[in-house]
Amino acid sequence: MIGNILILIPLIGFFALLTPAFRSNARRYALFFVGIEFLVALIGYFLNYSANNNAFLLKVDYNWINAINAHWHLHLTGVSLSLALLNALIFVVIFLSVEKNQYGEKSYLFYALGLLMQMAMMGVFLTKDAFSFYVFWELALIPIYLIGLMWGAEGKEKITLQFFLYTFFGSIFMLAAFIYLYQHTALLNEQGRKSWDILDFYQAGKLLTPTQQTIVFWMLFLGFAVKIPIFPLHSWQPDTYTNMPIQGTMMLSGLMLKMGLYGLMFWLMPVVPYAANEWKNVTLLLSITGVIYASLNALVQTDFKRLLAYASMAHVGLIAAGILAFNKQTFDGAATQMFAHGVYVAGLFYIVHLFEKHTGTRLISQLGGIRNLNGQFSNLFLIILLGSIALPLTHGFAGEFLILTGISKIGLMWAVIAGLSVILGAVYMLRAYQKMMLGDVVKTNYTFGALDKKDKWSLFLIVFFILFLGIYPQALNLFTSLNINEILK
Amino acid sequence: MASILLLIVLLPLIGSIINGILGKNLSKHLVGYIASGSVGLSFVLSLIAFIQLQQIPDRISNVDYYRWIVSGMLDIPMGFWLDSLSSLYILVITGVGFLIHIYSIGYMHEDEGFSRYFSYLNLFVFFMLMLVLGNSYATMFVGWEGVGLCSYLLIGFWFKNHDYNNAAKKAFIMNRIGDLGFILAMTLMFNSFGSLNYIDLLEPGVVTYSSTVTLIALLLFLGATGKSAQIPLYTWLPDAMAGPTPVSALIHAATMVTAGIYMVVRSNVFYSLSETAMNVVAVISGITALWAAIIATLQFDIKKILAYSTVSQLGLMFLGLGAGAYSSSVFHVITHAFFKALLFLGAGSVIHAMGGEQDIRKMGGLSKKIPITYFTMLIATIAISGIPPFSGFFSKDEILAHVYENNKVLWLIGVIASMLTAFYMFRMLFLTFWGYFRGGSELYKHLHESPAVMTYPLIILAVLSAIGGLLGLPELLGTKNWIGHYLDNVIIVKSYLGLSHETEWILMGIAVAGAGASIYFAYQLFVVNGMLPVEDEKELKWWQKVIYHKFYVDELYDNTIRKPLDFLGKVCWKFFENILFKGIIDGISNTTMFLGEWIRKIHIGNIAYYIMAMTISIIVILMMTK
Repeated sequence: MIGNILILIPLIGFFALLTPAFRSNARRYALFFVGIEFLVALIGYFLNYSANNNAFLLKVDYNWINAINAHWHLHLTGVSLSLALLNALIFVVIFLSVEKNQYGEKSYLFYALGLLMQMAMMGVFLTKDAFSFYVFWELALIPIYLIGLMWGAEGKEKITLQFFLYTFFGSIFMLAAFIYLYQHTALLNEQGRKSWDILDFYQAGKLLTPTQQTIVFWMLFLGFAVKIPIFPLHSWQPDTYTNMPIQGTMMLSGLMLKMGLYGLMFWLMPVVPYAANEWKNVTLLLSITGVIYASLNALVQTDFKRLLAYASMAHVGLIAAGILAFNKQTFDGAATQMFAHGVYVAGLFYIVHLFEKHTGTRLISQLGGIRNLNGQFSNLFLIILLGSIALPLTHGFAGEFLILTGISKIGLMWAVIAGLSVILGAVYMLRAYQKMMLGDVVKTNYTFGALDKKDKWSLFLIVFFILFLGIYPQALNLFTSLNINEILK
Repeated sequence: MASILLLIVLLPLIGSIINGILGKNLSKHLVGYIASGSVGLSFVLSLIAFIQLQQIPDRISNVDYYRWIVSGMLDIPMGFWLDSLSSLYILVITGVGFLIHIYSIGYMHEDEGFSRYFSYLNLFVFFMLMLVLGNSYATMFVGWEGVGLCSYLLIGFWFKNHDYNNAAKKAFIMNRIGDLGFILAMTLMFNSFGSLNYIDLLEPGVVTYSSTVTLIALLLFLGATGKSAQIPLYTWLPDAMAGPTPVSALIHAATMVTAGIYMVVRSNVFYSLSETAMNVVAVISGITALWAAIIATLQFDIKKILAYSTVSQLGLMFLGLGAGAYSSSVFHVITHAFFKALLFLGAGSVIHAMGGEQDIRKMGGLSKKIPITYFTMLIATIAISGIPPFSGFFSKDEILAHVYENNKVLWLIGVIASMLTAFYMFRMLFLTFWGYFRGGSELYKHLHESPAVMTYPLIILAVLSAIGGLLGLPELLGTKNWIGHYLDNVIIVKSYLGLSHETEWILMGIAVAGAGASIYFAYQLFVVNGMLPVEDEKELKWWQKVIYHKFYVDELYDNTIRKPLDFLGKVCWKFFENILFKGIIDGISNTTMFLGEWIRKIHIGNIAYYIMAMTISIIVILMMTK
């Protein structure tokens, strides 16, 4: 039931903001909707402590489209719960980050598209039915495409089109694989009734021959890998992240790529576990190559936003490697790190936004000495930065540590190479921090005054989640871990 | 015990948070009281915990507060482990830490970042206590990286200067390289032995010999080389002197850099199973001890001399560990904490008097102007040089005796390093305090002794440096080696000296004679002959230049690691990203455009053509489905 509400609130918000009556005060209404959404997600979270996991409040399952036996099946539990919470949380931050006049006359449209995106991703994270999973998956692409197209920077037409086609291309294979699996679910019962249910997919996948599994595996992998992105399918990512308006980048990096990771975790590995194990070395090689490759690229970036795009690619490459390594520790680590990454990457892009807002630039070479001008901002930035390089007692540490532990089970060398990102991450982040924040004040025409209240509280919120979950990661792991035990059975 | 330990650790954290958030609005007095008070209170509680620990039969207290990181078999609690080893460490950390906090009130008084400084310093104490009290490798690692962070923050405390910022960054990154070793060791430990918690690993029969044990021990040692500045990861420590001097005393001499020794002693269950690992530790640390001592003989910066001295002394401690003399090394950690903290604080007092000058070529004759600083530093210098009955003599002698029993070559290296220590320390002392003042008459007038808030910590540390040896008097004298026995229950394989009394006396004699000869040599050079270090680098002989430039190791690392890495980054970015991958994508889109163009040509808009095409297609399809 909570799941329904979580999808309904942003959907209502979307339509509401498109009606003229709400347009003039779009920001206030948008914040109202995401605020309520966040509260409901929190209620859903706390209900997981008390309510029965299968209780109506947390799980709904209706027939939806009888002709193809598609169900409306939502389950607010485990990793779905954690990502739903993340989705609700990050949108509060995203909407708070929007400046007056940033989106001009049509700001209502930005908020509406954002809410539509939130609703679609909520669907992706909550549904246990492949058909609606696919529908939500593609639906999520449309608003972000429009946001990039309408408010992107110079060259947006080409870059957004490339982004759209690239990811759409991946999803086609995913759809084909889903239909293939759907056909095979007929073998599961006497009546030959087909089903889109995730558990039936798990069953059907195991009936496939090794070759069939391999084909399904690679088709699904393609779909998810583009979204994450996994090397070498990443080339849409840095351009798109850099070109999007900052809120779009936050949606993409904080949330949308989690769709890919979530898909990998729940809609690929348990579906064709045989092929997943068979191809483990290849997929690990790809994802870990990507980790190092992206880190090396991050070393030489001059635009802080693009640096973060590569940093994010390195970090999610490690999460992907964790999922592909396919054991208890890496899955737990990946679940933890998905949330942690969502929070700190949103925080880091928020920092980019503040650089642009206060100084008009985000080029590392043009900034310097900001610590002299605003100590509070420097401290908040530093904590978020430390969260991103996974210092213990930040949430990222629990995630990365578990992932590396699990990966070293496959082979110590994998962990050594993946672990190099621990060092490289510190190098490029501290270098950038030093150049932008430390040193004497650069004699340019900018000042860096006190933070606006909304910015301050957004960063406080981010820092709170980084530290609280770093000190007590069980708050989420308690639920995700049980969920993961079920799929690893 | 649970609440006492929690308070010991949390009090400095609370102090740090209060000063960090509210510090700017509080008076400097209050900031100082909060910071020193929280650490002082921690010290008192540590004493209580220490006394209480003696009542517990096996002197181990394990407290779990909550489950921290949990995944399948991996179950890491947030909890503390007080035993003989950690009980000594917390006393040193909070005790010496308290004195340095007090001293800092005077030293940092003029600084605009006063409250920020104390916030960082308190945070450091918090993490350092986490490091030694954590009851698993993962919680040790919390402290391990946490102190690295505080070290970063404090080295770069004066953040306007990019040289300092570079030093801070270098320290953090070099430590991270070691930390990766630590992380990998933990992953292996869990995968082989199923746990990271001391209580499980110390269960008899859990850790048994396998090749993994050696690997774990070596990876842990890699971590230790980062934190405790051993070859190959030592070059950050001399640069770390960019931080305020009390920071150098607390972090880069007395406590944080000895974390590596703590970790190896804590892991003796692994080391004692692997002779290879022990040998690696012994050889690397022996070379480091000598290497750094050689460099120290030609430095002019008073803090740099002490920094290299620290690297060398840490090498000596690891040398003891490599010989299996765990308790002797811990003993040296403690005495070193006293006299090296004192030396740094004394150096701080000198720098304070000299108005920020750190070059010993510009000093001289300071003993009359700053007598308290002089006398306390004299005691520390004697102590570090290994002259009986000062503390350094006993701890160093014990280590060397064990090394002698194990490996004569390493013993010789240790003795030479010790002789060099006596030489460069007295060189520093003579050039700073004896002779005549070389800093100009203007500065001479301004020379003044530091305020009481700075000199009292010096005096207390001087007393400790003098009598610290009482903790571990050699059995040779018919006395009981308290620390050796105290640590017995944390060490799995104990190493007892099997040397005859004559040999021990001879070794002791050699050490003392060596130190005496070095001091005499330094006296001849710098006092009798009045030799001064050359003013200009050009006057150095080639081998002196090599030593003065620290064997060009920084340049080596720069050219073999940093530059190739950046070059690789450029290749990835300029070639792979911007040419290769862009090219592929553009190629695909151009091909698509081309095909579209071609298909468009077939769509010529002639109905008859379409109908014919359709008919043919239908026929083909029907034939195929037949």
